[in-house]
Amino acid sequence: MIYVELFFVFFLIGLFTIGGGYAMIPLIEDQVVSRGWLTYEKMLNFFAIAESTPGPFAVNTATLVGFEQGGWLGAFVATLGVILPSFIIILIIAKFIQNFMKYEKFQWALQGVKPIVVGMIAAVVVNLVFKNIFGGLFAFSYFDYIALSIMVIIVVLRWRFKKLNPIYLIIISGLLGMLAYTFFPI
Amino acid sequence: MVANMNKKWELFFTFFKIGLFTFGGGYAMIPLIHHELVEKKQWINDDEMVNMIAIAESTPGVIAVNSATFVGYKIAKFWGGLLATIGVVLPSFIIISLIALFFENFLAIPLVAAAFKGIRAGVVVLILNACLKLYKKSPKTALAYLLMALALGLSLFVDFQYLSFLLIVFGMVVGITSQMIKRKKEIK
Repeated sequence: MIYVELFFVFFLIGLFTIGGGYAMIPLIEDQVVSRGWLTYEKMLNFFAIAESTPGPFAVNTATLVGFEQGGWLGAFVATLGVILPSFIIILIIAKFIQNFMKYEKFQWALQGVKPIVVGMIAAVVVNLVFKNIFGGLFAFSYFDYIALSIMVIIVVLRWRFKKLNPIYLIIISGLLGMLAYTFFPI
Repeated sequence: MVANMNKKWELFFTFFKIGLFTFGGGYAMIPLIHHELVEKKQWINDDEMVNMIAIAESTPGVIAVNSATFVGYKIAKFWGGLLATIGVVLPSFIIISLIALFFENFLAIPLVAAAFKGIRAGVVVLILNACLKLYKKSPKTALAYLLMALALGLSLFVDFQYLSFLLIVFGMVVGITSQMIKRKKEIK
């Protein structure tokens, strides 16, 4: 049953996403890409949509994947799955725990999780840089110098104009891609 | 009772508005929540807001949902939490479903496909940016760097569906035990 699977997978992702929307990317890669629900290309397309539409990144991604796998009902169960862990955990904390921050074991655990999440996302970045430029991690099937150039330009723009909204960076990379890949097909 | 009923729906509409007008996820929502709930409606005060952010950040899950549930519950108990949560999620759900409906046809246009090839390269930089932001918030001890290296190496070379989950649980265990060991040493 695709709906049960969608719910379960996104429930798990919601439960283990610690540190905001982008922290769920390694989990998406593990669970959703490996199930064949997304290719790496599609995953990046979806992230671009999720980033440039209003609302929480995690919810946007869950809705997109869910909709593609199972239409409206798929979108509904995936979204429900990703928000339910948050909802339940926060409800319990708000109801029963007067001063959550004084439970230092949570803070200790978090101090161990943070570096793990950094390492996992760094791995995603390395993987995606290679996939975009060479077609795969340590596989050199082609050399996409346009993708490399766009990445360099966006890196420079991002660090030059720190306040710039990410949506503009997405639009700029889209325009650059549209021009470059149309006139210089690889 | 009537006042309470109104409050629940007010929560729903307020969080609907917050969900509709924030780009960039949970953190981008915080100034808006502050403006709507602390300054305009005065349903929560600054201390409660700070407490809310701390809890939303240090518990698993979607930060926007964590914040909505927490504030909603504080103001109108269970139904407040539920309606605030539905409110914050609903705009995304509607907008994204509509986009998903047309996206594949849209991608079939060659110019759009070319644009998305560029966008995919740009998005990698955004993910890198998120990684650096999380790095800034992460501890910088030798142990933390060891954990980062371990997570990076294993994620790159091991292909296992539940690897990320295992790594996160491992991080929690290491975080707790290392602090306990530190405490014991300090007592001695």
